Amino acid sequence: MTALIMARHYVRVTMRNKLALVFGALQPVLYLVLFGPLFARSGAGSWNVLVPGLLVQLGLLSAGMSGFGIVFDQRFGVLERLRVTPAGRMSLLLGRVLKDTLVLLIQAAGLILLGYAFGLRAPLPGVALGLLLVLLLAVSLSSMSYALALTLNQDLFAPIMSTVLVPLLLLSGALLPMSLAPGWLDVVSRLTPFRYVVEALRAFFAGGYTSADALVGTGVTLAFVVAGVAVGTRRFQHENA
Amino acid sequence: MIHATGLTRTFTTKTATVDAVRGVDLDVSPGEIVGFLGPNGAGKTTTLRMLTTLLRPSGGTATVAGHDLTTEPTEVRRRIGYVPQGGSVGPAALIGEELELQARLYGLGLPAARERVTELLDRLGLTALAARPAASLSGGQRRRVDIAMGLVHRPGLLFLDEPTTGLDPRGRADLWDDIRRLRAESGLTVFLSTHYLDEADALCDRVLIIDAGRIVSEGEPEALKSGIGPGATLDDVFLAVTGRALREEAAA
Repeated sequence: MTALIMARHYVRVTMRNKLALVFGALQPVLYLVLFGPLFARSGAGSWNVLVPGLLVQLGLLSAGMSGFGIVFDQRFGVLERLRVTPAGRMSLLLGRVLKDTLVLLIQAAGLILLGYAFGLRAPLPGVALGLLLVLLLAVSLSSMSYALALTLNQDLFAPIMSTVLVPLLLLSGALLPMSLAPGWLDVVSRLTPFRYVVEALRAFFAGGYTSADALVGTGVTLAFVVAGVAVGTRRFQHENA
Repeated sequence: MIHATGLTRTFTTKTATVDAVRGVDLDVSPGEIVGFLGPNGAGKTTTLRMLTTLLRPSGGTATVAGHDLTTEPTEVRRRIGYVPQGGSVGPAALIGEELELQARLYGLGLPAARERVTELLDRLGLTALAARPAASLSGGQRRRVDIAMGLVHRPGLLFLDEPTTGLDPRGRADLWDDIRRLRAESGLTVFLSTHYLDEADALCDRVLIIDAGRIVSEGEPEALKSGIGPGATLDDVFLAVTGRALREEAAA
């Protein structure tokens, strides 16, 4: 309940600055428009393969960087003000996470619609399941992002996160399928979580709802949600958070 | 209202441990305005952060607003307000919206929250600023917003951490009036830390002086002054008990 009150507040603040919503999704949109047509003709795969990858890219960039907001809240005393209220510590985290997830839903829906305009032809249930998976990913990424933002040196958060996210994105096979990768790169890629999320999304978009890829990727994402929220809550409960 | 015994707080850094607070005992009665004085680094803010549940004490016990600090922090939070030193609102935040959120976090429904915010804005002379971002407010206005945040749930006990630092003389006098008025109207208990001895003298029923993590002196301002000698000021008292001039510390 308190989480919803927080979320409502943050959504209100976010909607005042709609341009930020667009800019948060700009990179995947640029990939879709300027790289997608090449990808679709390269033989690497169709739009049904690329768009799931771009959705994961969007999740990483949008939810993964969401911790940046709390850096400012911490600097201006907002976080302390919230922490002296009786609001549950988990609600203080989940309110933000809910807002980030809603933002991602809007951005992802926009990206998918744009994908359809270019040539995406995925079945609707597959797209819906894919969207759900991306939202779960957003919950975990945004929780972890806040935990990191409260742990790292304030000035280092943005540079560290943007540096860490690039290799994770490349290794996930979001931009080009890992089936093209040499053996060693494939092995490294399998050690990163987002590989499985991308493959599950692609399976959903291809209509394989109960394929091994879909099940493994969903399992990995769910585990990631539990881990992310646990880490985030723990950090928020910490006395100095 | 506050009863603390042997509060300590030790910070561990990479290279050393720092005993910021080394055993603070204090009692504050309902309706009192108590000043908490001390040089920079004496442990004022650390003590305040412990008493407001933001920092877990390393040792000691405290009952704040009728509830144990460590076992019932949520009950304590319901009953206290805290106005931190560095402000409480981001530059882009709209005053009215932030106050409404704050009211709702204390359990008020939306209509009640809105009503309370309207009332508070009016009382603190902020009504015209409700839709303005904090960045566009003057220092004194922003301070009143911080105080509104701390009062939104009508707490019985208000903690103020150096409330008038950075305000001009007029802003300070207005704020003192606000605090006195709140006490007169609702019996509010106020525990405030300050650098300014004239502030403590003008506003507080009683002062506590902390130095190097320990309370070194306490009493009514008049009694403390007459204890030093005729014509003595609180500065003289401070100098006598800490061996330093607070003003120099504040200016440094």
